[in-house]
Amino acid sequence: MTDVKTPVERPLSPHLFIYKPMLTMLMSIAHRITGTALYFGTLLIAWWLLAAASGPNTYAAMGSFINSIFGRLILFGYTWALLHHMLGGIRHLIWDTGRGFGPYEREWLAIATLVGSISLTIIIWVVGYLFVGGPR
Amino acid sequence: MAVGRMSTPLARVRGLGPAHSGTDHFWHQRLTAVANVPLIIAFVFILIALLRRNHAAVVQILGSPLVAVILLLCIISVTAHMRIGMQVIIEDYVQDQRAKLVLLMANTFFVVAVALASVFALLMLSFKV
Repeated sequence: MTDVKTPVERPLSPHLFIYKPMLTMLMSIAHRITGTALYFGTLLIAWWLLAAASGPNTYAAMGSFINSIFGRLILFGYTWALLHHMLGGIRHLIWDTGRGFGPYEREWLAIATLVGSISLTIIIWVVGYLFVGGPR
Repeated sequence: MAVGRMSTPLARVRGLGPAHSGTDHFWHQRLTAVANVPLIIAFVFILIALLRRNHAAVVQILGSPLVAVILLLCIISVTAHMRIGMQVIIEDYVQDQRAKLVLLMANTFFVVAVALASVFALLMLSFKV
């Protein structure tokens, strides 16, 4: 383990960005990004559970953060990321069975994932606000 | 399980491929993915049911056996799933070996800490009368 030799400058293959962005490709990227967001978002879940276990004051402090505009924005984004990743995951499970790879099907699945995740997010928030009265 | 002509008969029998772990990660990623679907749906319903409730009510609901068990299963499945997912992302994008090793360790630490904190809190809520 002495000096590492300087690597030879070889031509690199052009990566993703030389391609025209396609929906399936963007959805693949979105799956990873939402997965990463959910990964760090679990801190929020752990914080919430610990706050509930800690007592009324800690729980109220967390509640006031979630109730702020910033907190609600995070929660709204988290809802969409969760649903998008879930529907994207179901799409992957369909692909695992060997189905849905045709040019029409894969496009349809991508659109269904996107439309599904956006509409379900809106439905959940409408239900949350109309019937329950929103977070507090 | 890419077992070609170049591999020995023993390697072919083991079927573990060059990573020596076979398809374990692939399988566990799917297993937890399937488990996550009903668990996350239940989690969202529980969360909506807890909106606008005061602390005492939230503690009572989170600590009730059925809700606690659903949430514990959810945490176990989700954290296992996200550990594998983040490992794949790190292995795909981090070229530097030292940084990769550090990040893979950090990934495990993060996941175990989140899982343990959540499980601990839920058990506390369940057993606190």
